[in-house]
Amino acid sequence: MTEKKLLMGNEAIALGAIEAGVQVVTGYPGTPSTEALETILRYADRCGIYTEWSSNEKVALETAVGAAYSGANVLVTMKQVGLNVASDPLMSLTYIGVKGALVLLVADDPGPHSSQTEQDTRVFGHFANIPVLDPANPQEAYELTKLAFELSHEFEIPVILRTTTRVSHSCGDVEVAAAEPVPVEASCKGFTKDRRWTIFPRLTAERHPWLENVQVQLSERFSGLPYNSVSGSGKIGIIASGVSALYVKEAVKGFEEVFTLFRVGTVYPFPEKAALSFLKGIEKLIVVEELDPYLEEQALQLVGKAHLPVDIYGKKNGFFPVSGEYNVDIVIDSVNKVLADLGETASLSHASPAILRGELPPLPVRAPTLCAGCMHRTVFYAFKQAAKQLKKDSQVETIFSGDIGCYTLGNAYPLNMVDTCLCMGAGMSIAGGLSRTNPEVKQVAFIGDSTFFHSGIPAVVNAVYNGADVTLAVLDNRTTAMTGHQPHPGIGVTALGSPSKAIDIAGVVRSCGVEFVRTVETGSLENCVEAAKEAMEFKGPSAVVFKGKCVGITKPFTRFAIDPDSCTGCGFCVKQLGCPAIFLPAGEDKPLIQDSCSGCGLCAQICPSGDIREEGVKK
Amino acid sequence: MKNEGTKGEGTKGEGMKYDILIAGVGGQGVVLASRMLALAAMKAGFRVSTAETIGMSQREGSVSSHIRIGDEIPGSLIPAGQADLLIGLEPAETVRNLPFLKKDGKIIVNSHAIPPASKPPGSPEYDPAALLAFLEAHVQGILCLDFTQLAEEAGTYRAANVAMLGAAAGTGMLPFSREIILAVLETEIPEKHRAVNRAAFEGAIERIKLIPGQPDGEQKVKLNV
Repeated sequence: MTEKKLLMGNEAIALGAIEAGVQVVTGYPGTPSTEALETILRYADRCGIYTEWSSNEKVALETAVGAAYSGANVLVTMKQVGLNVASDPLMSLTYIGVKGALVLLVADDPGPHSSQTEQDTRVFGHFANIPVLDPANPQEAYELTKLAFELSHEFEIPVILRTTTRVSHSCGDVEVAAAEPVPVEASCKGFTKDRRWTIFPRLTAERHPWLENVQVQLSERFSGLPYNSVSGSGKIGIIASGVSALYVKEAVKGFEEVFTLFRVGTVYPFPEKAALSFLKGIEKLIVVEELDPYLEEQALQLVGKAHLPVDIYGKKNGFFPVSGEYNVDIVIDSVNKVLADLGETASLSHASPAILRGELPPLPVRAPTLCAGCMHRTVFYAFKQAAKQLKKDSQVETIFSGDIGCYTLGNAYPLNMVDTCLCMGAGMSIAGGLSRTNPEVKQVAFIGDSTFFHSGIPAVVNAVYNGADVTLAVLDNRTTAMTGHQPHPGIGVTALGSPSKAIDIAGVVRSCGVEFVRTVETGSLENCVEAAKEAMEFKGPSAVVFKGKCVGITKPFTRFAIDPDSCTGCGFCVKQLGCPAIFLPAGEDKPLIQDSCSGCGLCAQICPSGDIREEGVKK
Repeated sequence: MKNEGTKGEGTKGEGMKYDILIAGVGGQGVVLASRMLALAAMKAGFRVSTAETIGMSQREGSVSSHIRIGDEIPGSLIPAGQADLLIGLEPAETVRNLPFLKKDGKIIVNSHAIPPASKPPGSPEYDPAALLAFLEAHVQGILCLDFTQLAEEAGTYRAANVAMLGAAAGTGMLPFSREIILAVLETEIPEKHRAVNRAAFEGAIERIKLIPGQPDGEQKVKLNV
């Protein structure tokens, strides 16, 4: 008996994996992929699934590989930039293959909403010879997860389930096999010693033809699957995958005689046979896809190979946007451009809105901000003061390198404390490079606790080894905050909730050979400024571990208020901190502290007239 | 179980379709409200999808959720000019999402403004009264109340989202009955917060009855179930 449930795409993937008999799940948090592993955690105990947040994506994949070598069904979850971190083991794994099944959930982020890149995992699959399934909604995500496990098991290769934000973070009514997932009986016979598990140039040379042959077999198989389907009867073909296919369906509603839509659900290896029979029935082809022109390149190749007289309209000839997230309106505009070019009189029409975007009055900018009471604000402000002092005393400027996490928001006005940010763990290495080319400038690098364990340690080792004059500021808020508060190696608890050894960040830094290491609580701004100053004055690599607690997971025990009688209205607190709890009503000069105050007291510590006072226990 | 929906008739003359956009600021409960509407729609026998902006935007940024209800669901994002109902938990966020509202679409707006955390030099002043006046001037079907205050009277300002669902159900702006959404409230809201949310929901229904010109929803819309 099937059951309808309201599921987020990531939840649907988790249920699909459990029903496919997943036994080991690893991952590193990353928006928009995180909820898949978190959903597995809810069932881990009941269904006997070993689940872990690994220290990074490479480690997650390698852990999963060990389990898959033993015949287990495994799932590894990450966002698209996490795949870059995991790419080293993945590129080799394709040659070796797996026993059991290994599925990677990789979530792409067109837009991007919360990522550094707009990379396209479909293209990565092509590059790495890994099949890629591309669901359009939570229902398909559920079904294609099961298919991914089947294919991985049958062909003994890793399979990527690639989603985008609008699949992973959409909810829909999903028809699932049962109200609560029932795992299939999966056997894991354990590791058997065999030369096939040890990669070596000769083995790679032997396996490469096999790997290429699997791609051909998969392309054949994919052509017969219902996830690649044709609808409509027009002479203008449209090819699309993922959510773009749904945008197309909505955009061309009522024009089914003008267009024929070929939806591709198994994008790599490209289902050539199915595509060819579709292409033979049309005269023109429109390609609708977010991110890279992957389908467009496949279609161009196939049209060339088969000598078909089909003109192709996509990103490459300027008809569709090359970047950014798509929607129905973008598809309508782009298809209309093609129709106009073809001399067609028909065109798709937009709905008429209550008001056009251009007619809106000016609206307040609402940039994401560090939370009220966030410890990162105190640390950024402390370094700002220390750097000011350094400039005053010895005319030395400071460059601040950031990293990936909530604290990237230190870049925002009025803190303006992030001068560089590239990828996870890059802050300190970049600061090292900057120190070689800007010897008169002080280098400071910020890194969060989870990011430190993810990929920050090699940069510390390098700074010590090569003697870089860099100050590392570790923002230890005792959680992986940005992605929703997952535990990490410094917490002393695993994803499954069992106690583990908490790794001490200051101890790690010290053991790498950093001679100046301080640990400071962030409650006192003065202590933070002092530690920052000392660390910056130290010649050679230095580090300060700032300890606080993320306000997202702690209950405030106090709050502060501004005394309206004595407040001079100087606006210093507002202009310096950008704390969302401090609010200056329009047209007034005395700010108020709102309910969102979580009692960090930073404003009270900087108020020039001492008019911000602790108000006591918050209701 | 399901009758013909009357909402959205005239959208290419096909099956029932009803698109709702909820807009607000991180922390206002946009996601919970959207989940409650989606579950209620399923209970009423419709298909449904939602798309939320979550992640970095939760840190005091703009948050919105697109809820699509109908016999058939296309992509999860509502195209411009297609939303039948815009529920705005905050004036500026309501105006920001107006281009999604269809020409004769309806708006329920919370007049309680949340000013942005910081005002970078050169960014526009936030004048909530002017924005509310703009809404009144440009949209016919608008219901504007201080739902935050209404929720606070019921027990907590945090239930403004649920109070707004109460207003939507009470004016018959939803394609299902208030009983269905109350049933969802019973299962979705943890027990310790349930009574106060129920009070906010019902308080809003009572309050809108006092507003002249608000039609009785039960008569205006043929309900499902």
